[in-house]
Amino acid sequence: MSVTVRLPSQLRSLVGGAGEVPVEAGTVREAIVAVDEAYPGIAFRVLDDHGSLRRFVNVFVADEDVRFLQGLDTVLEAGQTVSLVPAVAGG
Amino acid sequence: MSFATGLLCRECGTTYPTEARYSCEMCFGPLGVYYDLESAREVVTRESISSGPSSIWRYADLLPDPGVKPVDLGAGWTPLRRATRLADVLGLKELWLKDDTRNPTGSFKDRVVSVALSSARRLGFTTAACASTGNLATSVAAHAAFIGWPSVTIIPADLEKSKIAMTAIFGGTVLGVEGNYDDVNRLCVELVAEHPDWAFANVNLRAYYAEGSKTLAFEIAEQLGWRTPDQVVVPVASGSQLTKIAKGFAEFIELGLVDGSAPVLFGAQAAGCSPVATAFAQGAEFITPQRPNTIARSLAIGNPADGPYVLDELRRNGGDCGSVPDDEILECIGLLAKTEGIFAETAGGVTIASLRQMIARGTIDPNKSVVAIISGHGLKTLDAIVETAVVSSTIKPSLAEAEEALRFHQLVAAS
Repeated sequence: MSVTVRLPSQLRSLVGGAGEVPVEAGTVREAIVAVDEAYPGIAFRVLDDHGSLRRFVNVFVADEDVRFLQGLDTVLEAGQTVSLVPAVAGG
Repeated sequence: MSFATGLLCRECGTTYPTEARYSCEMCFGPLGVYYDLESAREVVTRESISSGPSSIWRYADLLPDPGVKPVDLGAGWTPLRRATRLADVLGLKELWLKDDTRNPTGSFKDRVVSVALSSARRLGFTTAACASTGNLATSVAAHAAFIGWPSVTIIPADLEKSKIAMTAIFGGTVLGVEGNYDDVNRLCVELVAEHPDWAFANVNLRAYYAEGSKTLAFEIAEQLGWRTPDQVVVPVASGSQLTKIAKGFAEFIELGLVDGSAPVLFGAQAAGCSPVATAFAQGAEFITPQRPNTIARSLAIGNPADGPYVLDELRRNGGDCGSVPDDEILECIGLLAKTEGIFAETAGGVTIASLRQMIARGTIDPNKSVVAIISGHGLKTLDAIVETAVVSSTIKPSLAEAEEALRFHQLVAAS
């Protein structure tokens, strides 16, 4: 189904400057793979050698951290937005 | 001069110049400032530091941007006090309190903001911003006002009233977000992509900002007479303060400025938001995010970005991490006040209650020296204690009623 992937500024150069990329995907993992197929290099930056999320990348689906859901296996609904956001300390 | 030479990714080792960059292009890892300590060793001495200003800028050579004119409201050089009465209650031989309530806006955040905005000025920014649990917002708003910059501080809308007032009074724009700190943080990371010309102290300026916390370690070592303490207890929110305290001690040791080895570091968290304490206790390498529910709002970060590095530091040489319930936090705010005359915010209660907890379970050695970081002033979290810290008695202005009340409170003998 059609979903939107929002990219952080660090990845926008890989997709020609766009902040959002529309893809067809059923899960978060499929969405990342789909963006990578269109714009090679994205998956390497977001996933580690084992295919897990790098530890300083947060992923949100409909504004919920996927670590509160099913991680990369979180199922997407049509029209949802998947946001890739760098983890940044605060306080 | 500064001996800062660049930014380094802690995850993959990629290096960058000292520019406005906050995460690694390759892996999103956090960037830290690194220094030419070999060259610094010849210039930075105990004497050169001692003759510097009574603020964090006495360590300018070891900060990223001393420049010609740092943004200096007077952060740092706060008292390190021997706490004998509290030590007696806790059964400790040597306890010291780093009293960071005594900063310009009442919290250690003045250290990091002074550094962040000094770097921001060098990098050409003209607007200050931040994501905050309160203390950082207050400090950013104050420092921005001091240099005539507009500020945009973004906080959870339901923060303590005193923290909101202490921020708003400085005249900047305060955005209250309907959500928790982790929501605020995420919003700011997205906002900085749209407003790259804003200096978000703890987002795009984060590498510089974090360096300010090193000065806690520098001051502790200098105030102890150029020696390191054995054990240090640090409140943990994002984890940045603890990891930079470790970095500060390591730099002083490498520069040959102090006697002693790196102290064992201990974390302090509220049970209602204890992602680091939980991961530490479980032996996990990763932090599982939590949804915060604690009165210690300044530590209520459920998804702490520096969490993995805090775990590394705690495990390096036998540390631990406390996790204390809200009733103990309140009790220990009182204990600290009654024994040492220091009024701390809820984070201070977390630190003292965690100290007590880790003494009880034997991870803190009572026969070795301990320094506890008291990171913020109690006036910031009055909401937490106004129900219990109340007048002892209300009386009419009559001698008889006064005497009766004093007998009741056993200040004079009953007749």
